[in-house]
Amino acid sequence: MTRAFMKGNHALAEAAIRANMTFFGGYPITPQSEILEYLSDNLPKAGGTFLQAESELAGVNMVYGAAAAGHRAMTSSSGPGFSLLQEGISYIASAELPAVFVDVQRYGSGLGDIFQAQSDYYVATRGGGHGDYRVIAYAPASVQETVDLVGLAFDKAEQYRNPCLILSDASIAQMMEPVVFPEKRKCDPDHEWAVRGKRGGDFKKITSTMYYTENFDQYIHDKYATIQANEQRWESIQAEDAEIVLVAYGISSRICKEAVSTARAEGIRLGLIRPITVWPFPEEAFDGLGKGLRAYLTVELSALPRLRDDVMLATGMKTPVHHFLAGNTVPSSQTIVKQAVALLEK
Amino acid sequence: MTEKRIPKTLVEDNKFCPGCGHGIINRVLAEVLEEMELVDMAIGSVAVGCACLMIDTFGTDWVQAAHGRAAAVACGIKRVRPENFVFTYQGDGDSLAIGFSETMYAAVRNENITAFIVNNGIFGMTGGQMAPTSLPGQRTTTSPAGKDPSLAGQPLNIINQMRQLPIAYLARGSVGSFKEIIKLKKYIKAAVTNQIEGKGYGLVEILSPCPTNWKMTMRGALDHMGDNVKNFFPTGEFIKEGVHTDA
Repeated sequence: MTRAFMKGNHALAEAAIRANMTFFGGYPITPQSEILEYLSDNLPKAGGTFLQAESELAGVNMVYGAAAAGHRAMTSSSGPGFSLLQEGISYIASAELPAVFVDVQRYGSGLGDIFQAQSDYYVATRGGGHGDYRVIAYAPASVQETVDLVGLAFDKAEQYRNPCLILSDASIAQMMEPVVFPEKRKCDPDHEWAVRGKRGGDFKKITSTMYYTENFDQYIHDKYATIQANEQRWESIQAEDAEIVLVAYGISSRICKEAVSTARAEGIRLGLIRPITVWPFPEEAFDGLGKGLRAYLTVELSALPRLRDDVMLATGMKTPVHHFLAGNTVPSSQTIVKQAVALLEK
Repeated sequence: MTEKRIPKTLVEDNKFCPGCGHGIINRVLAEVLEEMELVDMAIGSVAVGCACLMIDTFGTDWVQAAHGRAAAVACGIKRVRPENFVFTYQGDGDSLAIGFSETMYAAVRNENITAFIVNNGIFGMTGGQMAPTSLPGQRTTTSPAGKDPSLAGQPLNIINQMRQLPIAYLARGSVGSFKEIIKLKKYIKAAVTNQIEGKGYGLVEILSPCPTNWKMTMRGALDHMGDNVKNFFPTGEFIKEGVHTDA
């Protein structure tokens, strides 16, 4: 165990090294460049390879190669660069390889801007690229949780042979917080599925065209259904007896947490469900809430509602689902309490 | 009686069209890997196009990349498994159109991998569309009146693009004649040796006929290579063990 006071991006990079990531190929983009900077210095010292790729397209395909060879590999990006990674993520999912991706969300479509935002929710939770696949997507709300989820993401990626995503944002990535790191892990890259030369045995093919095998559709359906059943993670704060339940992840969930304390001190029954996995979405978190529940309110740092749709799907819209969109500004907890009170007064 | 000796690495008959050059190239590559005892440690990276048909018939480990990205995939493999022999095998559309950046940057970094680029001047698998290597005036399904260089540019010469880079080996061979096939085998062996000795990136471009999409007979396709293709794409060794030659 090592204690440190660190920036989110640096801590994420260190956590990946400690999870025995041995290959990173990436391209600079704000606000995730500190991940590259940290790894360019520290990954070689830990015996791994850091490559600054000529593009995100090259970076994700280098990861594809390293993952096919059995090694723990990762790349990171933000918004516009994350779009470019989608081609490779689709291939890696289709080839059933483990790999970890990072999207440090920034604001807007197109080039957008470098402020914190939560605009990439759809691309993170719907697969992102073409075809039938999903990515297990973790949304940390603190630097410590970033570290914990990076280690988990590498393990789950190998368990399910599927890409995992850390869905961070500019605030969590740039803030400094105290953090405790686990000891560095050791992993054997010689998985039976990995290419390492046939070495006297049968030759292996890693391709993304495995659709010719029998019952492939059912196999893919079952694979993702298993993940959905077993991998939902969330934190629930005073939601059981709440009249209004806030739903938020990442940076906005931190303010919502504060809003719950503020509201409760004033006798307002406010609660919070904080998805830790945004896919699979924690549907189970919405089971068995109190009879006094009057509405859900999603709090999102985007211009269009995203998370709201998943709450509607998870709850079957039996209870009204409202959204508060803060765009690229981080709202105060008082603003959120006001929104909740306005719903109660309706 | 003469004995027909087929390399064991060719585990099944190839799936290429009659008269296609890929079959010969597969054979020569298999012979080289067997003679150099590299089959057990070889990992190939293909992408999309006719080249990828060989992953069922050529018995080494394979990773199939996205269209154009074989070089980046090969870099990832070689960086984590430096003890393996890692190569790419791609057509010219794949490696020089959509994958130009990945192809070039593997060379810019002098990655210790070996690249084989099969140049038949056409997108084969998708049905004969114009490629960066198509000749001026060449009729294809996307240049039915003949390739217009003022619109599509002159044929892309990857050897010229790479000549200024600090790579280990650079050659262009051909399967246009028996003599050229013998020379090609020498080039492939030299490129492979450079990787084994840790000298870095080697590329062999291979001129190859596509009678199906050129709409020619096999004989006509070979004549076309000798009469026209070679004028744009001279063969020979251009960089040997990191030293530029006057090929």
